[in-house]
Amino acid sequence: MPKLFAEPLNIIITGVGGQGNVLASQILSVAAAEAGYRVAVGETFGVSQRGGSVMSHVRISRDKPIGPLIPRGRAHVVAGFEPLETMRVIMDYANPDTVVIMNDRPNYPLGCLLGEDKYPHPARIEEAVKKMVSRVHTLPATHLAQEAGSPLAANMVMTGAMAASGLVPFGREYFIRTIESLFTGGVRELNLRAFDTGYSRISG
Amino acid sequence: MTIMGVREEKPGVRVALTGNESIARGALEAGVAYAASYPGSPTAEVLGTLAKVAGEHDIYVEWSVNEKVALEGAAAASFTGLRSLTVMKADGLNVALDFAGALAISGCRGGMVIVVGDDPAAHSSVREEDSRNLCKVIHLPVLEPSSVEEAMDMTREAFSLSEELALPVVVRCVTRVCHASGDVKLGKIARTEREPEFQRGDRVITFGIALHAMQEQKLTRASALFCKSGFNSYTGPQRAQRLIIASGPSYMYALEALEMLDLSRETGVLKLGTTWPLPESLLLDYLINASEVVFAEEVEPFVEDNVMALAARHWKDIGSITFYGKRSGHVAGPAGPGIGEMNPDILAGSLSKITGAAFKSPVLSGRKGALELLGEKMPGRDLALCAGCPHRASFWSIKTALELDGRGGIVLGDIGCYTLGIARTGYHILQTVHCMGAGVGIAGGMGKLDRFGFNRPVITVVGDSTFYHAAVPALINARYNRSNFMLVLLDNETTAMTGHQPHPGRSSTATGEPADTVHMEDIIRGIGIPCSLQDPYDVEATIDVICRMLQQEGPRVLILRRTCALAAVKGKQKNRVYVDGKRCIGDACGCGRFCSKVFSCPANIWDAESGKARIDEAVCNGCGVCATLCPRQAITVERTV
Ligand code: SF4
Ligand code: SF4
Repeated sequence: MPKLFAEPLNIIITGVGGQGNVLASQILSVAAAEAGYRVAVGETFGVSQRGGSVMSHVRISRDKPIGPLIPRGRAHVVAGFEPLETMRVIMDYANPDTVVIMNDRPNYPLGCLLGEDKYPHPARIEEAVKKMVSRVHTLPATHLAQEAGSPLAANMVMTGAMAASGLVPFGREYFIRTIESLFTGGVRELNLRAFDTGYSRISG
Repeated sequence: MTIMGVREEKPGVRVALTGNESIARGALEAGVAYAASYPGSPTAEVLGTLAKVAGEHDIYVEWSVNEKVALEGAAAASFTGLRSLTVMKADGLNVALDFAGALAISGCRGGMVIVVGDDPAAHSSVREEDSRNLCKVIHLPVLEPSSVEEAMDMTREAFSLSEELALPVVVRCVTRVCHASGDVKLGKIARTEREPEFQRGDRVITFGIALHAMQEQKLTRASALFCKSGFNSYTGPQRAQRLIIASGPSYMYALEALEMLDLSRETGVLKLGTTWPLPESLLLDYLINASEVVFAEEVEPFVEDNVMALAARHWKDIGSITFYGKRSGHVAGPAGPGIGEMNPDILAGSLSKITGAAFKSPVLSGRKGALELLGEKMPGRDLALCAGCPHRASFWSIKTALELDGRGGIVLGDIGCYTLGIARTGYHILQTVHCMGAGVGIAGGMGKLDRFGFNRPVITVVGDSTFYHAAVPALINARYNRSNFMLVLLDNETTAMTGHQPHPGRSSTATGEPADTVHMEDIIRGIGIPCSLQDPYDVEATIDVICRMLQQEGPRVLILRRTCALAAVKGKQKNRVYVDGKRCIGDACGCGRFCSKVFSCPANIWDAESGKARIDEAVCNGCGVCATLCPRQAITVERTV
């Protein structure tokens, strides 16, 4: 078993309900368990289909049982499916060494649609994120997913990016195997394609 | 986290499961034969998981009309000697409580487990009720898992315990167990080999005080068994002076908090997996050495109060102890003691206050600068009805109809996705929300107040699943007593809120077998109440019919039937909807950005660059309602079918 760069390794996946967060955390943690690690996942989704903020805490350990919630400031990786939500999670859970992988596509909260709040320009959000943490990978995950076949596969693009980041202690094959075991037919093909797009985007 | 994991036959392997799957697996390993539930978060997926494997394990699995009926059915199986499971959320235990309390007196035969999902912080509930208090009232033993793996082990063991005590056993799981995942070590799936039997002359009854005495004896017995239970464990130094008593996931948080504060060596942690009745002699063994006790639990100070009462009874033996917890105010989250969830940070903060040990989270130095750079306040994210949700169209129509009607009509609410009618996404239209079915009962009362001069038109909305669950008696009452209100039945043909489970209005059961559909129209007309049907996506016609029905007298029902947008598009190609940039003339139109700002489907966004409306194709579900409302007909729907 390769060494974890942290024990436990704390990963937060965040986004908006309906973006497929939970599925991404499922793939990550099933793959981790397959690779022989112990995992604990805490999902905060509430009534998730209904467009609120969602957040999965994924904790991977070599051999220790762990609680499902990551303490503040102790995330090693934040994978953000939506810029504003990424920013929100970073402010609470990141430290200067946290690595951030972020989708650049905003999903506008109701208050912004109603004109009561203003959604900050995504480029500004990226700049702000870079002020807090030094390693930030931004990618057009929704756009890439659309090219792969459906904007809804953005979660797989992001999962691919996570797998390629070198931050998770197990290889791509565990992810592929998990995706293959969870889906069939066209959805499987789409998800594998989207995963690959995200993977090659980061691994170069 | 996968059904393959639940199915895995090899004992001893480790697989990753969600808390709810692990509860289902525990029941399978115990040889459960009968499982019944009404869906409720956070435990909704337990029964769904069992339904998937019901065929191969030959178990009976049903979605029941409500929790009380589910519990009664499960009790029947237990009376014949089979093992049975019921699953409900805390609110569901309230519904089932009358029978649960009676059952606790009569007792049961085959192992009977009641899984109750509590939702601290009310992530997906209207309240954060702590069901342990109710279990104490009705005299049922409670086990409380601290992790996903323990949820499986406890569920399995709860069946034997139930048989040993001849009493149903509650496994109380909080959201951070149900909606958590973790790797668990599987045991062996047991197939039920029992033959059900309930002979002439067999009696299971609830009567008289003799049974009450027996009930108390059972609990005394349970307490003795719990003193030896492997679910209670201690870690820490021998004879710790400072002792944390922790239950549920707070146990994991406590361990982590101690590590963060570097206090692990000097503090003992007693994990209480059996929270009611208390394992008294076990607790006393630890209390005797302790001079400081800290409580870590969710939500109410349940263990705390009961341990303090125990300590008071034995004060002569155990001497003086300082208790820190919710009562003392030391263990508290941001909303105050006894309110909301626990987490490692809250416990570390509390322990730091109590012990003086320093607690520092890693600091994010750029935080302030980053916020300044954004220039504006970070927008919050309200919950919103999904794009294309039929409820949005329904609420829009009700709102418009009431404005046209002009008599200041009021709208009462109920429990489901449409509860969001209290929020911006539902135009703040709902004025009361309480519990399943309550809206209809309240409307019944409002509709009788005319003699006192209350003359506003009354509309109450209820969903299809909630209608079957709890609204029917209130409707019978309204007809019988001639109350005056209009019920709008928001029929999205599923139990959407909890993940699209079927209900008696559907044509198949939990396990996908054909069902005898109970049509809501038949029930309503059978009660003698007039009932109309309308598709809410046709907003104009809906407004018309509401206006017309507002003029009528007596109880009346309008069914607004349209499949939940999420269920409708699942696995299907969606309609493509787009804004014609030539027709949309932006703010020059005078519509006030109707689609995004007023109607506010989350897929109707505003493109600041072009100054025109746009449809977010990643979000739109293709319902086409916005297209019918746009005053310039600038939105086009390309139908896929
Ligand atoms: S068609 Fe219009 S109202 Fe319907 S989901 Fe799409 S944007 Fe929303
Ligand atoms: S899940 Fe269905 S009923 Fe619930 S908000 Fe979404 S579209 Fe509406």
